[in-house]
Formats: sequence, structure tokens, C-alpha cells
Amino acid sequence: MSAEPQSMIDVTMTVNGEAVQRRVAARLHLADFLREELGLTGTHLGCEHGVCGACSVVIDGDVVRGCLTLVAQADGHQVDTIEGLSEAGALADLQAEFLARNAAQCGFCTSGMLLTAHELLAGPHTLSRAEIREFMSGNFCRCTGYQAIIDAIEAAQKASQKKQGGKDV
Amino acid sequence: MSDGSSDPTLPAGILDGDTAIGKRVPRESAKRLVAGRGRYVGDISLPRMLHLAFLRSPYAHAIIGDIDISAAAAVPGVTHVITGRQVAEVCAPLMGVAHHRPGHRSAPQHVMAVEKTCWQGEPVVAVLAESRAIAEDAAELIEVDWQDLPAVVDAADALSPDAPVLHAEMGDNLAFQFDVDTGDADAAFAAAHTVVEHDFRFDSQTPLTLEPRGLIADFDPSTGGITVHHSGQSPFQMQDILSENLGIPEHRVRVICPDVGGGFGLKVNVYGDEIAVAAISKIVGRPVRFLADRLESFVSDIHARDHVVTARMAVDADGAITAMEMDDLAALGAYGMARRFSVAEGMMAVTMMGAPYRFENYRARTRNVYVNKPLVGVYRGVGMPFACVAQEVLADKAAAALDMDPVAFRRQNYRRLDELPYTSPGGAKVDTASFAACLDKLTAAMDYDHLRAEQAELCGQGVWRGIGIATFIEQTAYGPPYYGPSLARISVQDGCTVKLEPSGKVRCITSITDQGQGTWTGIAQVVASSLGIPVDDVEIHAGDSATTPFGGGAWASRGMAIGGEAALKASLALRANILALAGAITQADPAKLALRAGEVVNMETGMASISLAEVGRVGYFRQDTLPGDFDVELTVTHNHAHNHQLYYTANGVQGAYVEVDIETGFIRLLGHWAVDDCGRIINPLMVDEQVRGGVVQGLGAALFEQCLYSEDGQLQNGTMADYLAPMAAEMPDIVVEHVETPEASTRLGAKGVGEAGTIGAIGVMWSAVNDALRPLGASIHHQPFTPERVLDALDRANAGSENGT
Repeated sequence: MSAEPQSMIDVTMTVNGEAVQRRVAARLHLADFLREELGLTGTHLGCEHGVCGACSVVIDGDVVRGCLTLVAQADGHQVDTIEGLSEAGALADLQAEFLARNAAQCGFCTSGMLLTAHELLAGPHTLSRAEIREFMSGNFCRCTGYQAIIDAIEAAQKASQKKQGGKDV
Repeated sequence: MSDGSSDPTLPAGILDGDTAIGKRVPRESAKRLVAGRGRYVGDISLPRMLHLAFLRSPYAHAIIGDIDISAAAAVPGVTHVITGRQVAEVCAPLMGVAHHRPGHRSAPQHVMAVEKTCWQGEPVVAVLAESRAIAEDAAELIEVDWQDLPAVVDAADALSPDAPVLHAEMGDNLAFQFDVDTGDADAAFAAAHTVVEHDFRFDSQTPLTLEPRGLIADFDPSTGGITVHHSGQSPFQMQDILSENLGIPEHRVRVICPDVGGGFGLKVNVYGDEIAVAAISKIVGRPVRFLADRLESFVSDIHARDHVVTARMAVDADGAITAMEMDDLAALGAYGMARRFSVAEGMMAVTMMGAPYRFENYRARTRNVYVNKPLVGVYRGVGMPFACVAQEVLADKAAAALDMDPVAFRRQNYRRLDELPYTSPGGAKVDTASFAACLDKLTAAMDYDHLRAEQAELCGQGVWRGIGIATFIEQTAYGPPYYGPSLARISVQDGCTVKLEPSGKVRCITSITDQGQGTWTGIAQVVASSLGIPVDDVEIHAGDSATTPFGGGAWASRGMAIGGEAALKASLALRANILALAGAITQADPAKLALRAGEVVNMETGMASISLAEVGRVGYFRQDTLPGDFDVELTVTHNHAHNHQLYYTANGVQGAYVEVDIETGFIRLLGHWAVDDCGRIINPLMVDEQVRGGVVQGLGAALFEQCLYSEDGQLQNGTMADYLAPMAAEMPDIVVEHVETPEASTRLGAKGVGEAGTIGAIGVMWSAVNDALRPLGASIHHQPFTPERVLDALDRANAGSENGT
């Protein structure tokens, strides 16, 4: 005989460098947990079916869909959100480029865009403009038409290369 | 051209010279957004707030019988289950009829369905609970005795005599018909050297803001007042509707728009479910939050652009257009849209058809029909894309028939500057325009001749490229003559309060809202320029019906044109008051003083006398040092409306270079150019990105987006995986250039630009893809141009050539 599924679970994780422990509904997804339990509302919900990317968060260094991740799956892991990465200064160059180029209009896609762009810049290769567009095609934006966002990422990539003295293409 | 420097009421150096106006100033309000510190309505919680989920009708047309809420109400965590009948006791129905359009009919729309439901997605029962998840669980347990009725989803079908009638009191489904007959179209077509025609089908689409709709309604039974946090474009329109429909005195209704994740017109329409949320808060006496999720957005947001159009153009042997004709059939959804009249799409289509061109004979008809689908409302561009598409496709066809280059055909037929102002045969007033100048800039930017040569060369190698050109006029900043006679309480004036703070900085309180387009930045630039201070010294407050002047908000391309002019008026008045005070402080003649870099300067000597901070200090804390009869007035409010002007006319032209793969039907976007004339540009960074964003929405409309319905009114593709909207990899880089023909009736000279990108992009795609298919004897008639439809077009051409036709 199988056990009754638990409706409440205990989760423990690190969020933006701080230890967090909560008792929550087992079916709660990570984005709702961050927003409703922890008040970290910078992670947004645009579709809740994994398409738009507005819910993007970072788990153990990788960008994932917060809406498709159960909070239970983050138990024992390290979660970073837009708030944490922003306050740590990890996104400063990208944010400056976004502001200068008007790459954030309504802002609803921006958190996900920045986290995904940050992952792009952390990768080992220099991407062409077309490859940047491809990389960012899991993040939906309805306001900008994407060009300013791609410009911003391309500029940040170039600046980052200068700092590092070049990478593999 | 209106030259600010020669306007005696305008101090020198405010609109021209080294001023913030015209500069690429980044948005101050974006700093929060890039840090993840935006505050959207879903981020706001109030004490004792309840979460609402709707049971929505699964049927497109059905009688609602008994509703059993007992199982739902028993779910732990559920506080209330409320039916449409209960809401109707406290909330008047909506009625979407335009009073200035004789014959426009609708039926009263309960904010939640009571006796019957008319579209799949209509709200029927509301569940309030401690969380949205619990409310949704409970909603699934509600039992409704539905008696489904035949549904109709196609406008033509809805007009047939045996069609199901949505509103029995109307007798049929025809909401409105409008006919235009100018000159003698019959004679002109009969006498024409060449007549070209095309039929056009546009699938239903939806604006798809990334942040879905939502609001928190907070009724306070102790005061009888309500505060609503609304993801909306106009707090004033919502304030007015809530007061009217809930019977709450207007001064006790406060609507606050926080950060809004996209508007595009979606969030200026009137939604029964949103009004119901406010009514429900009134019933339960607690804050209630409703956030549409994406799946429910697809069946409850407004839809748009569901039209079938046929059109013809007559030309003489020299290529001059002599007549046009258009027949438009528009599906409207289940009810007329309150305040915003769904008939706007059809009216704009027939009014603006051919407006950039010289011709005299015109006949048109628009019929607007109710169908069992979500309500149609205003969406970026509204009816202007239809006029652009029809006139530009016919222009291309006429040019082809006469073996003329399409650009040369347009140049010949464009109205010239010396023909301004004019009224088009459809009735569109055109005051200022720059068709030829924009076309010249476009052809240079795209290197048009080179593209034509390349297209011809590749055509011989079996590579099918198309070049599209699309001309359009955009009606921006609608004025009182547009809404006034309709009796819709939509304010098209806006106000601005500017106040000098004691520190010498300035606070600007505007009725204009901002969903990311940058209107607040532009307004701050106007204030800064007028007062001689850095833009950073201006702090904007907006989006609150209780604390800002009453106005319109941001929609229909009006924020800078109207709000900017109000800001200019207010700032210049404040400037005069500051100089009067500075004169009193320094015993100088105010007429000899000016403001520069945060200081009061003597215009003759160029020397600074005191700082604005000093003016503020004395004005607020040391009136004892001033003459006894001197009134310090460091807060000024002014409003702007153009009482007798229908709109400000803007115009533009776009070019596109595409390649059609005849094996797969895929369309590759190789280049896109937009030349836009929106008058004086306050901030090119904001304007260019509005054009680009608008273009991409238009490309989505032309190539990807469609709301697919079964014959019984079920939406087939209501997820973001199935409703395809543009992502970064599919979109081109877009070259944007400008011509500036200032609006003559204002000092600021700004016109609107928010919709230009979308109108032109839809038109230019129809032009470009048909241009690519033309050598193959094919043509496309149904938007979006899915790969299947491209292949179907090619099959039809092949079948035709096989039959020898």
C-alpha cells in the first residue's frame, strides 16, 4: 500500500546567500515560493507554462524556469534571484547597458532577460549577434522588439572581452 | 513649420538650443526595473486580502441554469463563493454603445454572466479564498447546469438569417453599419484604364502583454469608499466606471496604477471581470486581488483585428488613382465594448483607406457583427492597419499592372505639401504630412534600387525575395471632438502640476501614465528645459486618480503630445512665478531674469544671482523678508486639450526585404526600415524604441499570431506554446529614421508615435510577401502568413497555371 502524498513539506535552501527554511504546500512552485513566501517579487509570472521566461531564476549557477520547478526540487540547493544578483553587483555592466539603450520598457521581462544574459556572458564562447538572438529566444518581450536588448548584451560582451583580453570564439 | 524660438510667449532656449528636449535621456524609472524592484499589482498585498478565482464559461453560448456552490464553499480556506446574480444586485451592467454613431447597438452586459453566457471564458462564479490555488481548487467543484446553445464564430455566418442570435432584443447580430460614398465611384471604375482588386482576411489576435491583467479592489465599508490598484492605462477611466457602475461617489473612488507590465491598448478596455472584482470587494468588505493567469487571459482579454476586407482601386493610363472601394466585415465578440466602442476598427478602416493618396471617388462599407467570442477592444493601431494594408497592396498591384515601379507609383499619387490640409475621400482630415520626404529617406536608407536589382538577379536563380513599401497616416492624440459627441466619459485633456521643492528641485505630478514607453521621461525633459535644471532634478509622480490632475492617461499615442504640452504650460507658468519671486528677493526686474543650470541669471550680464534652492528657502520659510503684498506661488497646475481638433496627424512609411522559401513556406526577414514623422521628437531614444517595439508587434501580427476557434466557439490555441508571438531569433534589426513636421497647433509640436511601428509593419509585410510571390503568379490573402498559407498560395498559382488560367 502506498503512503498518502504529503500536502505540506519542509524545505531548506540558500536564497541569495541566506539560509531559508519554510513549511509549504508540496505543490508550490519555486517562483510562487520566492514571491509569496519570501517577498522576492522581482521574479515575475507571465505564463506559468515555461514559455515566456519571465520567471527565470538561477539554481546552482544555472538559469531555470521558476514556474516549472517545484520548491521541493530546490530543497538543499542554492537559489539566486534578480534581487540577489543585482545587489551583489553581478549584473552592473548589463544593467548599465540596458538603461543606456532603453532595453527595459515595462520591465516585466527584464529580470529574466538579465539573468539569461548573465548566463550568456559567463559562457566560454564569444557569441555572434545572431547567436545572441538565438540564446535569448527563450525570453519573451512584448515591448522592445528585442533589438535594444541584443545591442546591450553585445556591448556588455565586448566590454567584458576587453577586460579579460579575449576568449575562444 | 512652427518655430519655438519665434513664439513670443516662449522664452528663448527652451525648445531649441542646448536644452534637454531632443536628447537621448535614459528612463529614470527603469533603474528600479533592472534591479528587480518593479512593483506590479501582483506584488502588492493588503491586510486581510482575499484571492479571487473565476469559474469561467466553458461554452461559447449557453443558458445558465442552477448553480450548486456547496462543495466549493466547503473547501477549507474558501471564504465566499459569489455568483453573477449576487454581483448584479450591487453592480449595474456595462453598455458599449457609441452615441454619435446612429444605429450602433449592443445589449447590456452583466459584469459576470447571470442568465446566459455569450463567450467561452465569460466569468460566471467567483471564489474567494486565502490563496489563488485554493480558490481554483474550489472553482473546479462548482456545478453549473449548462444548457448549451448553438454558437456562431464567423462574422459572415453571424449575418445569415438562420444564425444564432446573441442578443434576442436586437433581433440579429448586426451591431453597426456605416457607409461612405464620395464622388462617383461607379463612373470612375467603369471608365478606368485598369482596375485591381484584392481580398484580405485577418485572423483574430490578442495584445498579449507579458504581465496579465489584474487588480486589487479595497472597499472600506466604514467610509463607503474604494481604493483600487489596477494594472491599467487610465486610472481616471476606471475611477469613472467604478463610480458609475457601483454607485460609489466619484470622490470616494481612488484608482492607483502601479508599474504596469505592458499596455498596447489591452489595459484601457473595460472588463466585466475587473469591475466584478470591485463589486465583490464591496460585497465582502475586504480587499480582493484578482490576477488573470495566462490561460484565462487568452479567453478573457480583448481580441482584435478579426476582419474580412475586399478592396478595389481604379487607375488611369498614366498611373493616377481615380477611385477606391472597400468593403469591411468585422467580428466584434459578444458585446460592444463600453467606453471604447468596438466599431473603431471598422470606422478607421473605411475612413483612412487611401488617405495619403490623391483621388476623389470612393465607396466603402463597414459592417460590425457580434459573434460568440471574447469582446473586441482597442489594440495598437486599431483600424489603421486595415487601411494601410488595403491601399498599399492595391498600389503595388496597380503599379505591377502598369509596369511601373511601386515607389514611383506612390510618389506620383501621394498628396503633395501644397495640397495640405485636406480631407480624404473617406473623411480623414490630414493637416500636416510629409509623405514624399519620408519616402525619399526610406528609399535612400534601404538602398532601394540595389535591392530591386538584387531581387531581380536572385529571381533568376530561384530565390524569391520581396520588397515591401507601406505608407500610413496615424491619427494621434485624439481630441474632444472625437470622444465628446460619443458621450463616452473619456477625458482627452491632461494636466500637470509642477512645484518647486524647498531644496530647489522640482516635483512634477502628471495625469499621464507610463507603461514603459517613456512618457514620464519626456515630460521630465520638458519641465527641465523650461526651468533650466538638469533632468535628474525633476521627480515625477503619476498614476493616482486622487493625487494627480484628472486626465486621460497613456493610450492612442497621446502621452507626449498632450501631456507634454500641459507640462510645458505649467512649467512656463512656474518659471514666471519663480522669476517674480527671485526679482522680489534680489530687487531685480523679473523681465530681465532667466533660469539656467539651477540658478537665476541676469540676462543682460549673464551673471547668476541666486540659486533655485535659495528661491525655495525664502519662498517657503522666509516670507517675512518679502514685500507685504507679495504672494509666493511655487506650485502651478495647467491642463491642455485641443478643443476643436479631432487629432494630430502623424505619418510614416516602412520598407521590408524578405525571402520566401517556396519549399517550406517560411518567410525570412532580411531587413526592415521605418521612417516616421511624429513632429518634434522630445526623446529619440524613447521614440525609436517605441517604433521598434511596434514594428515587432506588427510582424507578429502579419506572420505568427492567430486566435483559432472551433465552429462551436472553443479557443484551440490558448497557450503561449500555441499562440506564436515573436522571439528574438526571428526578428530583424530595424533601421529607424525620422522626418520632423511639428504639430502646428501646439508650442511643443510633438505628435504621437506609439502605434506607428505596428500599423506600418503589418502593411509592409502584406506588400513584401505579395511582392515576392508575384513573379510566381501567386498572392497571399490571409494573415498571419503561416507557412501553410504561403504553400497554399503557391499551390493555387500552380493549379491555375496548370489549368491555363
